[in-house]
Amino acid sequence: MSTTDQTPAVQRTGSGAKTWRRPASIVPQRSVAGHALVIVIAIMTFLSCLTLGAVTLVRDTASVWQTQIAREATIQIKPGDGIDMNAALAQAQAIAAGFGGVRSATIIDSAATARLLEPWLGAGLNIEELPVPRLVIVTIDERAPPDFAAMRQALQASVPNVSLDDHRNWVDRLISMAHTTVMIGIAILILMLAATVMTVVFATRGAMAGNGPVIEVLHFVGAESQFIAAEFRRHFLWIGLKGAAAGSLAAIIVFVVFAWWSSRNLATPQADQATALFGNFVIGTTGYVGVLFIMALVAGLTAATTHFTVVSRLNGIDIGRTDHD
Amino acid sequence: MGPEILRDISFHIPRGSFQFLCGPSGAGKTTLLRLLFLSLAPTRGLITVFGKDRTQILRAELPLIRRKIGIVFQDFRLLDHMTTYENVALPLRVRGREEASYRNDVVELLKWVGLGDRLHVLPPVLSGGEKQRAAIARALIEQPEILLADEPTGNVDPTLARRLLRLFIELNRSGTAVVIATHDLHLMDQVEARRMVLAEGRLDVHD
Repeated sequence: MSTTDQTPAVQRTGSGAKTWRRPASIVPQRSVAGHALVIVIAIMTFLSCLTLGAVTLVRDTASVWQTQIAREATIQIKPGDGIDMNAALAQAQAIAAGFGGVRSATIIDSAATARLLEPWLGAGLNIEELPVPRLVIVTIDERAPPDFAAMRQALQASVPNVSLDDHRNWVDRLISMAHTTVMIGIAILILMLAATVMTVVFATRGAMAGNGPVIEVLHFVGAESQFIAAEFRRHFLWIGLKGAAAGSLAAIIVFVVFAWWSSRNLATPQADQATALFGNFVIGTTGYVGVLFIMALVAGLTAATTHFTVVSRLNGIDIGRTDHD
Repeated sequence: MGPEILRDISFHIPRGSFQFLCGPSGAGKTTLLRLLFLSLAPTRGLITVFGKDRTQILRAELPLIRRKIGIVFQDFRLLDHMTTYENVALPLRVRGREEASYRNDVVELLKWVGLGDRLHVLPPVLSGGEKQRAAIARALIEQPEILLADEPTGNVDPTLARRLLRLFIELNRSGTAVVIATHDLHLMDQVEARRMVLAEGRLDVHD
């Protein structure tokens, strides 16, 4: 009885399901090489996106440094014999405020000057007893800055012991440093993208290696080259998209977590340090657009590599065929 | 360039003819079949396929010509991720035909070669003889003008070999030219057919 019961089951297994399944994909769907390719693509996309994010962060921060420091200039008046400091400060303020491109000119009063010097000279200081230079902070419209040379000349003509620091030296050094930093970042990004391209190309070729017999059989049953290439391209484009999307998503999550951490720790000592160096730790639109670009690049690269591998394989078969052509 | 495998060979395969291509192992039978299938080019000499000089055949024309030639490989070359049915239907599928338009033809052909109950089985589960018949069915599905079979009975017992031979004869009666490469003398003795004997790179044709 048990034998009779088992026989149909064995037959059913042997002849497969009775119902018609959807035709199998022409390209084998599941392979270890395919899974490995998804993982490799995801990792390389993730690293490329992180590098891109870091470069955009440095670039944005460098530009913020430049604008912030270029937003102010300082008039300094050194004490000297017979100088009425308050009159000199008021005159300097008036001259500076009279120039176009100056938003405001503010005298740092005695109390504020004392507070500035407090870390070095201690509290309870009588500033009037010391020969301390006094400052006028000039706030500048950075889009239309004033003529500093003319302002310097006007100040020196009317106010004794005066000097104007437009922070040009600092700005120049910062611009140069920022450019260098951005160039280094771009160089690293290019290297990273090159490494990603090479890795994706070789990983795709590796995953394709096992499909040689499939390509040959399709070729021999009369499939046109374009048909074969399209089948493989579609399959590997999907693999590339899966890997690239996973890597990009992971990178975006990292960006969002950093932005969240940065906003959550606002006004704490750690965040202040980080903000001083890196700005707001927020990846801008460029960063997110760049991530999408890298995702598309990697997926497209996977499909293109597959196409060329298939074409090269088919040509290889045809070279064997036409070695006397 | 290696040594010449075949030389001074001249023959014609008429439409609807039946012939054995025989000779010892290593005589060049597979090479000759590959030349006929256009998967190999001669270093010199002239091959005319369906009235066209093969050197004049463009690469893009190859798939169209191959559709008129059925080939059964010695190692079957079935795709392991596809069922018997899907393997046999592959030549029609790659031409973009809808499955509904060929399903009955494929099932009928598989029944004809004795694989009616193995439609949904993957090749690794099939026996050597079943793989052989699946490979033959795939070569026949497009009703080719010529069938090239490389040692089609090399992996089967004598009973199945006779059955396969009857299959080829029946196919030939329906108008397909058949070339069977074999070194099985017993098989050849069962049919009165043209014999093309390859030995030491030369070909003798016995009509």
